[in-house]
Amino acid sequence: MNRYLLPCVTIISLVLSLMTYSLSSHAQSAQEKGLVIAKERKLRDKGWGDSTGNMSMILRNAQGEEVERKMRLKSLEQVADGDKGLTIFDQPLDVRGTVFLNFTHATEPDDQWMYLPKLSKVKRIRSRNKSGPFMGSEFAFEDMSSFEIEKYKFKFLRDETYEGQASFVLEQIPTDKNSGYSKQIVWVDKEHYRALKIEFYDRKGSLLKELANFDFTLYLGKYWRPLRVEMFNEQNGKSTELVTHELNFNTGLTDNDFNKGTLKNVR
Amino acid sequence: MQTKNFKGSTLKTLLPLIALLPTFVFAEIEYTGSAAVEQRYFFQDALYPQQERANLSVYFAPEVYTSFNDGNDSILFKGFYRLDQQDGERTHGDIREFKWTHSGDEWEVQTGIGKVFWGQTESLHLVDIINQTDAIEAIDGEDKLGQPMVTFSLFKDWGNTTVFVLPYFRERTFSGNDGRFRAALPVDTDNPIFESEDEEKNLDWAIRWQHTLGDWEVGLSYFDGTSREPDFVLTSNELLEPSLRPFYPLVQQAGIDVLALLGGWTIKFEGVQRKIMDQDINAFVGGFEYSFVGLFDSAYDINLLMEYQYDDRDNASNVITQNDLMMGSRLVLNDVDGTEILFGLVQDLDYSNVRSGFIEASSRINDNWKWRVDAWLFSSDEPVEPSYMLRRDDYAQLSLEYYF
Repeated sequence: MNRYLLPCVTIISLVLSLMTYSLSSHAQSAQEKGLVIAKERKLRDKGWGDSTGNMSMILRNAQGEEVERKMRLKSLEQVADGDKGLTIFDQPLDVRGTVFLNFTHATEPDDQWMYLPKLSKVKRIRSRNKSGPFMGSEFAFEDMSSFEIEKYKFKFLRDETYEGQASFVLEQIPTDKNSGYSKQIVWVDKEHYRALKIEFYDRKGSLLKELANFDFTLYLGKYWRPLRVEMFNEQNGKSTELVTHELNFNTGLTDNDFNKGTLKNVR
Repeated sequence: MQTKNFKGSTLKTLLPLIALLPTFVFAEIEYTGSAAVEQRYFFQDALYPQQERANLSVYFAPEVYTSFNDGNDSILFKGFYRLDQQDGERTHGDIREFKWTHSGDEWEVQTGIGKVFWGQTESLHLVDIINQTDAIEAIDGEDKLGQPMVTFSLFKDWGNTTVFVLPYFRERTFSGNDGRFRAALPVDTDNPIFESEDEEKNLDWAIRWQHTLGDWEVGLSYFDGTSREPDFVLTSNELLEPSLRPFYPLVQQAGIDVLALLGGWTIKFEGVQRKIMDQDINAFVGGFEYSFVGLFDSAYDINLLMEYQYDDRDNASNVITQNDLMMGSRLVLNDVDGTEILFGLVQDLDYSNVRSGFIEASSRINDNWKWRVDAWLFSSDEPVEPSYMLRRDDYAQLSLEYYF
């Protein structure tokens, strides 16, 4: 009896483990596929070097009243780490001359400083407050930093046509526990691997914000940039539109332009 | 003949200058700045008959900037002029900054009148010593006078280092007889005493190194020159009226300032060792800031601050911050108008009845206008404490600021 039971158990366990294997291999392939798509998205954007931009941020409340902010952005691509960014505020006028310096890191919290012209002071700020609003807008600080693979766990969900473009739909779950999001759903177009739309879900799992990228323009024959970005808050009805008026590449920026010691000279 | 000769030589000088002009193509000149109307109201009758309960004041702070040589050179001018209803001393002007900056790769030279800030703590700026305090502006001591300087900075992987040469000393400003926030005797700012025989022309110098090490910001500094903080000598003038003459000794100050981000905590520390008149003085200020982000599911942030101030001078008549504790809170609404409210309390740990409270709130009205409310309350029944002279100076101030 026992002699028959053993192979029987072995067979059952073998079948079971095969089933689990095939199940897990299926699940893994969705994650692997997600990661492959995300890596391709990052790869297609590699090598842009540096850029300077000139933009407006239009803040709208639920009643449709709007306020305009003006700022300039300087960005420098980093090969081994996240990118460096400098935001110079021009409007509202009381914060003109304020400069925000950000060193994005893939796995660790970003390093951030703010130059306050009134005090001539460079203030280190807490990047762990990444879920906080950027300049009173619907963008959080974390929405303003660069896209890095290590920041998320990816999962391919489905293929879908979005606004007439064949797209992958991915789920990306932030790896940083200080993120304000439980997950993001991203629509990436199959032709150019550009993020067309992103849904942000809050810590409780409900839909918080929706971002849509418009007016994609090609730079240096390779890099796509949306010249209009709209972030809509589903929970409070407010929205923020980010409009790029001018964008230049190969502007000759170096690490020296992203030094906290020279923030006082930035104009 | 002479005129002709003069013309000729002028032309000779001008020609190469004209030839050089194309290389000095100035970028557009930016004119910006701010102005404000401030109304102060004091809650109690003044200590001295010349002082009033209400005071209206206006200031104008224009700024001009231009850059040339591909942005490697720039000139910045920041002026300041205040007109005060009551205090003739507070009606004053200053060149806050007027400097030429030349930037190279990983280095820069600045020449002119400048303003620099050193340090990390909020309640007291111990390390910060380059610029003199424009003390007549506000009692928080955050306003500074422009300092003549030549600086050389090096920006390297191992940190940012700046050497300062400071050829001219600026005296501290003090309230006049009609102004609030003053001692019983007027400060005779026309007759300062200097330890240095070169007086205000003593050549001061300083060096500072500042670096980021992961979540740590570390600064080391050394200053050798005339102390920005005066002592007072009781004297009398020709009319035999008593007055206080400011005395500016020489000081050597070594300083350290640190900020560390540890979990949700921001730790801040500043310490100095000063050598003044053969006496060693140690002082430090240290504390923390803790942030609660997105309070009650709102966009509000609240930061709690606590700092302890220590100074080892036993009988220092002009040191308010000897053994004191500051507790405060900053509420940031993260709204479109950038509304912020900071309030706090400074408690003297030597005398339980000596404390002061403050509140600062501000918000934007539109792109050009902003309102601000500041209030200070002083409680001091201790004649030996310097804050005793402010015991009747509780006030609130409403400012309307215009930016252009």
